[in-house]
Amino acid sequence: MKKQFLSLGVAAAVSASLLAGCGSSASNTAASTAGSAASEAASTASTETAAAASTSAAAEETASAEAVDPSSMKIGMICVGDEAVTYDKAHIDGITAAAGKVGIGTDQIVFKKNVPEDATAYDAAVELVESQGCNLVISDSYGHQNFMVQAAEEYPDVQFVSMTGDFAALSGLDNFHNAFDNIYEARYVSGVVAGMKVQQLVDDGKLTDDNYDKDGKVKIGYVGAFNYAEVVSGYTAFYLGLTSVYPDAHMYVDYTNSWFDVDAEAATAEKLIADGCVIIGQHADSTGAPSAVEQAFQDGNDHVFSVGYNISMLDVAPDVALTSASNNWEVYYEELFRSILSGQGVPNDWSKGYNDGAVGLTELGSAVADGTQDKVNEVEAAIKDGSLKVFDTSSFTVSQDNIDVTKSKSGAVVTTDDAGHVTSCKVDMSYYDYSSGTPKVVYQGDTVEAIEDGAFTESTFRSAPYFTIRIDGIDELS
Amino acid sequence: MAETSSEKTREPFVRVAKRTGIHWYQSWGIRIVAVFLALIVNALFIHGVTGLNPVEVYRIMWTGTFESKYNFLTTLRDMSILYCVALALAPAFRMRFWNIGGEGQVLMGALASALLMIYADQLPNGLLLPLMILCSAVFGAVWAFIPAWFKAKWNTNETLFTLMMNYVAINIVNALTNIWRGAKSSLGTLNTQTKAGWWPKFLGYRFMPFILIVTALAIFIKIYVHRSKHGYELSVLGDSPNTARYAGINVKKVILRTMILSGALCGLAGFGIVSGVDMTISSGTARGYGFTAIIVAWLAHLEPEYMALISFLLIFLDKGAAQITSAYSVLNDYASQVITAIILFFILGSEFFVNYRLVFRSRHPGTHAPAPAAASAGVQMTDADGKEGTKES
Repeated sequence: MKKQFLSLGVAAAVSASLLAGCGSSASNTAASTAGSAASEAASTASTETAAAASTSAAAEETASAEAVDPSSMKIGMICVGDEAVTYDKAHIDGITAAAGKVGIGTDQIVFKKNVPEDATAYDAAVELVESQGCNLVISDSYGHQNFMVQAAEEYPDVQFVSMTGDFAALSGLDNFHNAFDNIYEARYVSGVVAGMKVQQLVDDGKLTDDNYDKDGKVKIGYVGAFNYAEVVSGYTAFYLGLTSVYPDAHMYVDYTNSWFDVDAEAATAEKLIADGCVIIGQHADSTGAPSAVEQAFQDGNDHVFSVGYNISMLDVAPDVALTSASNNWEVYYEELFRSILSGQGVPNDWSKGYNDGAVGLTELGSAVADGTQDKVNEVEAAIKDGSLKVFDTSSFTVSQDNIDVTKSKSGAVVTTDDAGHVTSCKVDMSYYDYSSGTPKVVYQGDTVEAIEDGAFTESTFRSAPYFTIRIDGIDELS
Repeated sequence: MAETSSEKTREPFVRVAKRTGIHWYQSWGIRIVAVFLALIVNALFIHGVTGLNPVEVYRIMWTGTFESKYNFLTTLRDMSILYCVALALAPAFRMRFWNIGGEGQVLMGALASALLMIYADQLPNGLLLPLMILCSAVFGAVWAFIPAWFKAKWNTNETLFTLMMNYVAINIVNALTNIWRGAKSSLGTLNTQTKAGWWPKFLGYRFMPFILIVTALAIFIKIYVHRSKHGYELSVLGDSPNTARYAGINVKKVILRTMILSGALCGLAGFGIVSGVDMTISSGTARGYGFTAIIVAWLAHLEPEYMALISFLLIFLDKGAAQITSAYSVLNDYASQVITAIILFFILGSEFFVNYRLVFRSRHPGTHAPAPAAASAGVQMTDADGKEGTKES
């Protein structure tokens, strides 16, 4: 308390010339803090004990199995965008629905939206803890991770979850966690849908010379956000799904360097269309690319189609949207809440996929090829029962050039057999600081062999993707 | 129109006249009315565009700064950085040297701190931090010295020169961060493990010491400008370089000395950001404060105490806008910028009415005698006494 008065005194000193308006603000601050505490107490009505009954399989900490009262939860959610951004909307809807299921009221969740991936994220986290009294703070974007860990170090009694982050397990902090889902599974299936469409276009003779590269392969376009493992893993899965149906395809990936930039995504899609691409996939969070594809279709190009991300793109691209790969975050948030409420704490490196309904496809558009739904059902079933592995090493090759590119871009060491199939991929899980020229380990991790039983095992050593192999048949344009 | 006897006697419907004496309550009255009008125009904008209740939107804006102790302290923190840059620019502006290069000088200061955090991280913090302060001030000073030297030597245009230096600084920082980030997508927080070059926490927060430093700087600048020989030379030079030369003031020396001070203070702001807030560097580290501080300095008539008020106001608006963006998805970034811009526009506009008055055509020509200006002008010239002295230049 003394500290607080002192700091307010400092405040007064700096603004020595401020008039009455500011002076009264200090007392105002105290009043509103008290106010938020009162509103927190008001929501103790719904104390369902359903949560206590749950026996969450994911929880790894079994130290204290004392049930937690849902009314004692106060959750802060830091979003990189807002409801207008499809990715964030999926998180906001997911956490709200999950909270409702376990008896956590909507007034127990405080959202901080449009928080950029810089020191503002740290401010947001501290504000949520200090002023809003949150005991669980979740951030939804990769770039928030550095600032979340900073807050986690300073507030050991509060649990922090950095969604899609990658070094929580290495950080040695009990209160800092990562989580993701196996979105690559859904991307693979969306690639299958695209492959069916390409096959149909070829069969119908709709494609022109422009649509083939010099080797006679059909051109596919992909709008990526950043040159991250998450994106590489995603576009590779998409490509492998597509080539599982139509093998003679060549994919071009172009980056926007932003998670959400309607104009840049549209411009990138337009460029790929102009280059002759017949499918435009995306790992970016706006409707820019599908809208651009729809526009091209309206302008008379009848052989270009879109595969979206997060939400169904049929509203903005009714003629050309085939489907979208989507995250169902509600599955994670429900499991997270049940785990906490049952006293088992926050699961570490949670990552689940099709089997638990954490990922999936949105409804198929009218433009899909005949028989797509049956094919999708078949592939989904194969992924669920484990008979189909997304990164099956027999389904792709890696040239020496690509081995070198992979090494230089991500540090992963790939070895292949004579046919170019990957036999080994050593991935260093450590988190490095490269600033002084020689990489310094910030968080030490193991170097793991990611190839097991003829497939790359994604999201098992940690939740965040680490597939960074640049495979043959895909070119990164920037 | 009837009386077409002579053109020169015809008075326009409204004309602008310089105010010669204005009481403090009049000038503040004008400003308060301006803010009030801005809120009304904004209410129309908010309701017209989004259909939201403007009062509720204003309440949310208010909470950006006043919702909690932490919000208030971060407002003070950001204000102190902006204030530091404004304090840096004020002496240069006083001698009519248009230092538009605050942004670059802040960035170079930040760069010096970041360089030390990266390459000298084995030093103990007790040694590293003073070294960072020193080097940041030197880097900022050098960045300001270059255009100042050209101005003193060859009378180059300092507005363009300092402006260009911003882009050079931005690109140097961009180039270096691109090298430093290595295989990562961005540089990330520096020295997360060792905390080398991070300000120690004081009164619970890492940024507290900087707020105190800037407070001390404000007092220093106030005294420097109004009570020292240097400050007097600045004012004389600003009013008339020829007078200054005639009075035996070494103009070149004053220009160089003042710009070194200006750049050093900007560099300090860069240090404050890197060491106490961001703990990393990017081309956005200076936050545009180098430019915003120009508005702060001029709105405050270059007086340190008013600059504190104006920088607080600007940061308050900024925090309010962020809070609105967070609370309403229909009021996105652009809309909240429009809201703050309208408020700022009215406040800037109010200064016109503080300095000038509108004289409407009187019904009986000849009865409205213009106020005698000479009598009070001498009194108004002194700035130190806190009156609304409109500068007669």
